[in-house]
Amino acid sequence: MSFATPEDARKHRNIYLAVLVALAVLTGVTVLVAQMHFLSTPMAVAVALLVACIKGGLVASFFMHLISEKTTLYGILVICVVFFFVLLLLPLATEFTNVST
Amino acid sequence: MSASIEIPCDITPHPVTGMYNGKFGVWLFLASEVMLFGALFSSYILLRVGAPEAGPLAWPDYRTNHLNVPLATVNTMVLILSSVTVVFAWYYLQLHKFAAARACLLATIGLALVFMVIKYFEYSHKFHDGLYPSTHNFYAVYFTLTGLHGLHVLGGIIVFAYLVGPGAAMWKYNPAKFTNRIECAGLYWHFVDLVWIFLFPSIYLL
Repeated sequence: MSFATPEDARKHRNIYLAVLVALAVLTGVTVLVAQMHFLSTPMAVAVALLVACIKGGLVASFFMHLISEKTTLYGILVICVVFFFVLLLLPLATEFTNVST
Repeated sequence: MSASIEIPCDITPHPVTGMYNGKFGVWLFLASEVMLFGALFSSYILLRVGAPEAGPLAWPDYRTNHLNVPLATVNTMVLILSSVTVVFAWYYLQLHKFAAARACLLATIGLALVFMVIKYFEYSHKFHDGLYPSTHNFYAVYFTLTGLHGLHVLGGIIVFAYLVGPGAAMWKYNPAKFTNRIECAGLYWHFVDLVWIFLFPSIYLL
């Protein structure tokens, strides 16, 4: 990836700065929601993970330039994400085992 | 007699993957890292869900876990800022402004060191309070996940120190390849930031 014109470069610089501001604001939101303790635990978990996913999406899309990457890479990352969720769901499988025994 | 071997597609995109080989390799490495941290997060969920509701083995909450949220929030901002300095290093190299890029890389190293110093204070406070990985499953998870992440930060510091120091000589004879190296190191660094983005709420806030 490279910049075609000075205007293109300026656009990228502005995007990076906007993402920085967004990440700072979202970090503040995460801490505020968690510290105020006005949400139930499942709700707090859902909000914290949702905000983390948005922040992660911003970093991956704009800092790692995933938004403008080649489709080959998307294929690899989709496989990676699928197996990541399989790993996360493994504890659930052990819960099923506990029920049946 | 000496012969130099041309390494294919180290600057130009590979016809199959559509990107230069180094970048493709880093993405594959990052995919394996997702699996590594994924397994640890999975263990964390299993231990947390399986912990008893009450008693000494109960999972500590924000009132009892001895974690310093303000310090961790500062560390989150430090890592986010370091991600921005890395991306700006690459940006300035694209514009052929080497001095500005170097300043950004030095800022990244500085911010990474700040992160490690804060982590040192966090860890020493835990040890002072007699909290070790063997104390409770919660601290085992805390030290394993943050420790492994800290090792990744240390790895990043070493890579960036090389690229700012002896590795920077490449800019003079092969600027395109040097820019690619910064991009690859940057991808790794953004991943380290990404892991912390999920670690921070999971361990410190929930």
